[in-house]
Amino acid sequence: MEQYLNLFIKAVFIENMALAFFLGMCTFLAVSKSVKTAIGLGIAVIFMVTVTVPVNNLLFQFLLKPGALAWAGYGHLDLSFLGLLTYISVIAAMVQVLEMVLDRFVPLLYNALGIFLPLITVNCAILGGSLFMVERDYNFAESIVYGLGAGTGWALALVCLAGIREKMSYSNPPAALRGLGATFAVTGLMAMAFMAFAGIKL
Amino acid sequence: MAEPKTKDLLWDPIFNRNPIALGVLGVCSALAVTGKMQTAFVMTLCVVFVLACSSFAVSLIRNQIPNSVRIGAQITIIATMVIVVAEILEAFLFDISKQLSVYVGLIITNCIVMGRAEAFAMKNGPKPSFIDGIGHALGYGMVLLVVAFFRELFGSGSLFGIEIMKPVTQGGWYVTNGLMVLPPSAFFLITFMIWAIRTWKPDQIEED
Repeated sequence: MEQYLNLFIKAVFIENMALAFFLGMCTFLAVSKSVKTAIGLGIAVIFMVTVTVPVNNLLFQFLLKPGALAWAGYGHLDLSFLGLLTYISVIAAMVQVLEMVLDRFVPLLYNALGIFLPLITVNCAILGGSLFMVERDYNFAESIVYGLGAGTGWALALVCLAGIREKMSYSNPPAALRGLGATFAVTGLMAMAFMAFAGIKL
Repeated sequence: MAEPKTKDLLWDPIFNRNPIALGVLGVCSALAVTGKMQTAFVMTLCVVFVLACSSFAVSLIRNQIPNSVRIGAQITIIATMVIVVAEILEAFLFDISKQLSVYVGLIITNCIVMGRAEAFAMKNGPKPSFIDGIGHALGYGMVLLVVAFFRELFGSGSLFGIEIMKPVTQGGWYVTNGLMVLPPSAFFLITFMIWAIRTWKPDQIEED
């Protein structure tokens, strides 16, 4: 049990998707103007990463890994070069399925998430989660925990940045820094703060 | 719509409509691979290849793609191009491909690539799309190389791995700037770049 808790904390704080690996930056910078929308997008991302990382893990273990097709009698095949194409297709398909399921059964959440759902397909934090899972060779249980942790970390950073930006709208920066420029500077400061976690070994 | 000039297609995205500085596109990988000039340079080449080829391919079949599945079709083309690049890197530049790790794969979700396929290649012929792709990739690459230049020069006193200023750790005089090696410095450098570009071209300033 302890090892999973460690993995979770590591994924949320020490290896924060947004601030340590810069994944999902485009959405991160674009959709952080208000805390409310940030929370909506955050929940959607947590959900997607938690679902797609384990699914991709199963695909990798039983179809793509060198020698993974031994159960079907094709033990000599190495399909790992198809990885990228598989993962992105799974993500795109999952987004579509999630959209339909939510629309049918939880219309309230569906309306709240709105435009963010399709946007998630091209959020690199989601694909990044799957790629890191493959690179670090997590097993199925670990991949669930890692997915949950990575999504939570990203959502946490997004909501924090949105909170800061809401307050920042009262400030008066130089004209050329307004909007994007100031946001970059704030994100940099946040990333530095998160680096305080960097030395922790679990 | 008048046929856009080749020169404008190529130069416009580099300064006037830079995808990173103006459109917040493709920032993810821009920050992570800029610790060294070498990785930034290889990354730029990868993106030029992927963006130019995928725009070209999408534009070739733009009249055959049904509107409802266009995102899927575009992403499949892009993913195929990225796999080609990743395999080439692993075969010939193994060290660098290890350093770039997952970021080569993440070119797929680089919003510039998707954005150009959707916004330009679906409406224009193969040749302008190809050039438009190169232009945007170069605009992206320029930001990458400028950031990497400062980070490597001040962070480790070298450029492309060649020593420019001898650091104190090796008996030289230059005290390396530790912040520059760390990821957050990329944010600050891009902040300054945006500041500079928007002071030079005030029409890009955001009103809010």
